Amino acid sequence: MNVATTQPAESVATPRRAAPFPTAKVGRTALAWVVAFIFFFPVLWMVLEGFKQETQAASIPPTIFFTPTLSAYQEVLSRDFPPFFINSAIATIFSTFLVIVLGLPAAYALAIRPVKKTRDVLFFFISTRFLPFAASLVPLYILAKNLHLLDNILALIIIYTTINLPLGVWLLRSFLLEIPNDLFEAARVDGAGLYDELVRIILPVVTPGLAATALICLIFSWNEFFYAVNLTSSIAATSPIFLVGFISGRGLFYAKLSAAATLASLPVLLAGFIAQRQLIRGLTMGAVK
Amino acid sequence: MAEPTVAVRGAPARPRAAEATARDSWLRRIPLLPALVYVILVTQIPFLLTIFYSFFSWNLLRPGSFQFAGLENYAIVLTHSSFRIALGNTVVLTLGAVLISVVLGLAVATMLNREFFGRGVVRTLLIAPFLVMPTAAALIWKDTLLNPVFGVVNYALSPIGLGHVDFVNRFPMATIITIEVWRWTPFMMLIILAGLQSQNTDVLEAAGVDGARPFEIFRYMTLPFIRPYIELGALLGSLFIIQTFDSIFMMTQGGPGQATTNLPFLLYLVAFQGFDIGQASAIGVMAVILTMIVATLALRTLFTIFIVEARR
Repeated sequence: MNVATTQPAESVATPRRAAPFPTAKVGRTALAWVVAFIFFFPVLWMVLEGFKQETQAASIPPTIFFTPTLSAYQEVLSRDFPPFFINSAIATIFSTFLVIVLGLPAAYALAIRPVKKTRDVLFFFISTRFLPFAASLVPLYILAKNLHLLDNILALIIIYTTINLPLGVWLLRSFLLEIPNDLFEAARVDGAGLYDELVRIILPVVTPGLAATALICLIFSWNEFFYAVNLTSSIAATSPIFLVGFISGRGLFYAKLSAAATLASLPVLLAGFIAQRQLIRGLTMGAVK
Repeated sequence: MAEPTVAVRGAPARPRAAEATARDSWLRRIPLLPALVYVILVTQIPFLLTIFYSFFSWNLLRPGSFQFAGLENYAIVLTHSSFRIALGNTVVLTLGAVLISVVLGLAVATMLNREFFGRGVVRTLLIAPFLVMPTAAALIWKDTLLNPVFGVVNYALSPIGLGHVDFVNRFPMATIITIEVWRWTPFMMLIILAGLQSQNTDVLEAAGVDGARPFEIFRYMTLPFIRPYIELGALLGSLFIIQTFDSIFMMTQGGPGQATTNLPFLLYLVAFQGFDIGQASAIGVMAVILTMIVATLALRTLFTIFIVEARR
């Protein structure tokens, strides 16, 4: 607009770079906020609906201003939701623990003291993660049935460990590779043993790696549905299975559904928000930093 | 700018590996073994069993029906229209959701790559769809956003006459694709944004000074630079979206008719509604073959990125 006219001589060479346009910047900012609002709206709506009375949750026009109430949360919590939530927590915590216990030594072997065929081993690991879940469901169901592990949280722990272990190995290895070789040489000259090596050199580097691994394990185990719905029914059922009960909901249930959906989503949402920096690196198995 | 980082290296990367004696090489391998044995046991045995079962006629509802059937299951599955429909739906859903979310993710990432008020908050809000439990999101979309009576989206669209459209039943595949796009755009955005932010801005500024227009800079400098990131996002996304199950189970149960039945859902139906283990296994094997094609490409791209990272 008229900013360009203040410096007509230069505008020929670099017309677009003349002076910062406040309008353009405001426009960009507004657009970004609108896009963010659109993407976030379903989540926002889920949270809002959970704090409404059932009649407000299903109304025409939609209720935007209301006095928040906890009645939907009370109903969900006093009914049967807590056991599902606890099952999710058990499956996630134990499988994450196993991923780290099994994955960290493997990552160490593949990064610090590479074995022969390191690349083949790495690609074998990751190829198992890309095997479709559907391809192993039937045998896992039959195995679980024969081993009396159907509707048993142990089955989910074993499977979630398998799902996340390849990601954990790749991810932890990408962190371990950041340790310069010289550091080990220097430590060895100082007469440091394996224990010193672990505590003084590896631990500081691997701590953010463990956080990233735990975040990825949390996301994939907590939200996992395919195996959970087919291998558990009541005793070992996890949070997403609780939501299945709402599929054919009759009558007024939007507030209860939204409260349950919010509670079920909360752990992963919070962890993801807090550990944003680890998220990309985790999701790409350490390829993108 | 980022310091040069060392990523994937070939096996004899570190000099110490060369002086390995037999005993030493075993010592090196020991930490690797528990994880390796675990993964082999829990993934390869079921996979081999799937292949094994796929050659048998076996229905759990008929005890003693376990019989060798050769390629019969494959013949049944391949000639039956439900498999072709599910295969088609899988391809449409995966391609549609991946392409749209990559394009949107690129647009959003470009937008987020510039400084503006509240960028951190916007970025945080944008990743929420990826983190919300997919089963929860599917129900929220179906019941509170797209409901023909009470849906907020329907309410917002009522001025243009779409107020009472039952989107889930009338446009089932488009609805599922929309929800997968909503969920995966943040994923693509994060990967592409990481690529954009690792680009050297000095070069871009120099090009600007030399008279290159913003579109030219984007087309001929930025896009080639972030291409491996886009490919990585698209391929990883494909591997996840090919397995879509949660949203289909919660919103459409594969219907109406077979309109949203993809391969994982078909396998679920055959295995747990029909209890036909043989046919379900044959479908599982087919799903593996389809996935392997995509996975091979994905692994190659992943490897290229590690090399790019190492060069930086």
